[in-house]
Amino acid sequence: MARQPFIVDFLKNDKGGKIFVSILLVTMFVVPALNLLVPADSFFHVPTYTVTLLGKYLSYAMLAIALDLVWGYCGILSLGHAAFFALGGYAMGMYLMRQIGDRGVYGNTELPDFMVFLNWTELPWYWQGFDMFWFAMIMVILVPGLLALVFGWLAFRARVTGVYLSIITQALTYALLLAFFMNELGFGGNNGLTDFKDILGYDLQADTTRVSLFFLSALFLILTYFLCRFIITSKLGRVVVAIRDAEDRTRFIGYKVESFKLWIFVLSAMIAGVAGALFVPQVGIINPGEFSPLNSIELVVWVAIGGRATLYGAALGAVIVNYSKSYLTAAFPEVWLFALGGLFLLVTIFMPKGVIGLWNQMRLKLQGKKQPIAENKIE
Amino acid sequence: MRRDKVFDFVEQKRLPFSGRRTVIPGEIDVTHGPILYLENISVSFDGFKALNDLTLYINDGELRCIIGPNGAGKTTMMDVITGKTRPDTGSAYFGQTMDLTRMSEYQIAHAGIGRKFQKPTIFPQHTIFENLELAMAADKRVWPTLFAKINTAQHEKIIEVMDTIGLTELCYERAAQLSHGQKQWLEIGMLLMQNPRVLLVDEPVAGMTHQEMDKTAELLKSLAGKHSVVVVEHDMDFVRSIASTVTVLHEGSVLAEGTMDEVQNNPKVIEVYLGE
Ligand SMILES: Nc1ncnc2c1ncn2[C@@H]1O[C@H](COP(=O)(O)OP(=O)(O)O)[C@@H](O)[C@H]1O
Ligand SMILES: [Mg+2]
Repeated sequence: MARQPFIVDFLKNDKGGKIFVSILLVTMFVVPALNLLVPADSFFHVPTYTVTLLGKYLSYAMLAIALDLVWGYCGILSLGHAAFFALGGYAMGMYLMRQIGDRGVYGNTELPDFMVFLNWTELPWYWQGFDMFWFAMIMVILVPGLLALVFGWLAFRARVTGVYLSIITQALTYALLLAFFMNELGFGGNNGLTDFKDILGYDLQADTTRVSLFFLSALFLILTYFLCRFIITSKLGRVVVAIRDAEDRTRFIGYKVESFKLWIFVLSAMIAGVAGALFVPQVGIINPGEFSPLNSIELVVWVAIGGRATLYGAALGAVIVNYSKSYLTAAFPEVWLFALGGLFLLVTIFMPKGVIGLWNQMRLKLQGKKQPIAENKIE
Repeated sequence: MRRDKVFDFVEQKRLPFSGRRTVIPGEIDVTHGPILYLENISVSFDGFKALNDLTLYINDGELRCIIGPNGAGKTTMMDVITGKTRPDTGSAYFGQTMDLTRMSEYQIAHAGIGRKFQKPTIFPQHTIFENLELAMAADKRVWPTLFAKINTAQHEKIIEVMDTIGLTELCYERAAQLSHGQKQWLEIGMLLMQNPRVLLVDEPVAGMTHQEMDKTAELLKSLAGKHSVVVVEHDMDFVRSIASTVTVLHEGSVLAEGTMDEVQNNPKVIEVYLGE
């Protein structure tokens, strides 16, 4: 028997992860090259619109990985995870608003247009500091993290689990939706934040900026994957799965289950926040619609379709579903919700482990093996 | 022999130079014999008394069997000891100084009480090795767990326990693939990894073959002495085979206590339990 079989380098036993990261690395360089270097009339040219669309998918993929961490691995079915994404998006949006400066309709150097419109005369305290990029980036992580900390602390300490937890997370995102709709809250009401001009001095409409944002989305997705992979292959990752499978047992062997749930929940919310911050400059708008309870449910469907507890499965699900959505909402706008519901039903009934699970099953069948080989097996 | 009559803190004040050992808070004090003190404990669920003024002492290092008909309150008693259920009245002490009714589950586990559930509860998606690794006595706070690595001594401990429970061959199999009996052993192994002073074992041989039962009896007997072992069991043959002090529980309180023979000849016991 080999000694120390658990010091697993995170990609050593992770074939799917290797493929996933390789695809991302290739896309990350090839797509920008095909956009910037290939002439627009060439067959191989990738239009900027497509680059941005792909960037948007990648930020969704990051959000899906964040949810997989808490749902797939820890068994916490959060139905409010899009709220953390939206909060990160708003923090980024606030920075972008402040960058507009006097180029707004009212030409006010300090106040965003919607505040001038509300006859406000000075910037509210919570908008202070957002003109500084570094400050806004800290808020992108801190605000979702703090909300998750407070919410999770209350919920996990009270041992709220299962369906009840899912319901209160829905309530959380719904409450935020209603709050952000209010003009008086100072986040632009139902119009949200939009008409952004530039980021760090670079024009948001320029091809190079858009391609850079795409590149960064891919980069952050890879980093997120590495981080999550490190976590789930650590002992903490094994504890988290243990909590999912036998919460009481975990508690009675001496783990403070609440702390572990809180830690993973907060981390996941922070990742969702970063994903939101990457999303907003690419789509050019953030509004309360992002808090819609339906968004969080859709997110769960992405992860279920891709395959839970694999990380890359969640990312794959996000891309598949959103690609279908882009296609279907254009071709047959009224069928999208039905298609999504149908897809979800099919997946839960016929492939409970999602696309990745199905693929693994087929691979095993082709190799003529019946039993899956235990992970981490060492000869 | 009641705990409050022999409480060291109290005595200490009266007799500062009595030569008694000072009790450090957090240390298990078994200087008076018992390691577990359950006194006048009552627990009721919706008016139904699952435990009714239960008083029970477990001595350090002993192997105690607790028998009693279904619904007698055996599992509830373990719930009280491990912090899962809070008693309505009464006190539960670990050693003389640790008030179990004011500690949470994970603190009780750290203090040295390990528990096997009635239904075998292991981590099905983890390997045998990983199950034992997770149970292992270690710094179980979040950040240290994130960066935890197994050292040589810990590795040897896992190997040793795997040997004790006879699952070495299956080291890297997922626990879900184990037979029912093997799951029971794995769970006992997980308790051993925690280096507990007290092992609470709820119905360890339920669903086992006779061969497996014999092995389990050997295992539990070998553990007594080093640990205090409390076994709840239905199976009379099994209880006789590990031959120890037997406590009969009935309707939430102790009906009789003694050796297997004494208990078996007790008319009250014959009436409610053995005579069935
Ligand atoms: N959580 C609970 N809620 C309501 N009743 C309970 C609960 N736990 C145990 N009981 C009741 O308490 C009694 C004692 O149960 P238990 O301790 O499991 O008995 P035993 O383990 O001796 O078979 C039973 O009648 C059971 O129905
Ligand atoms: Mg029971």
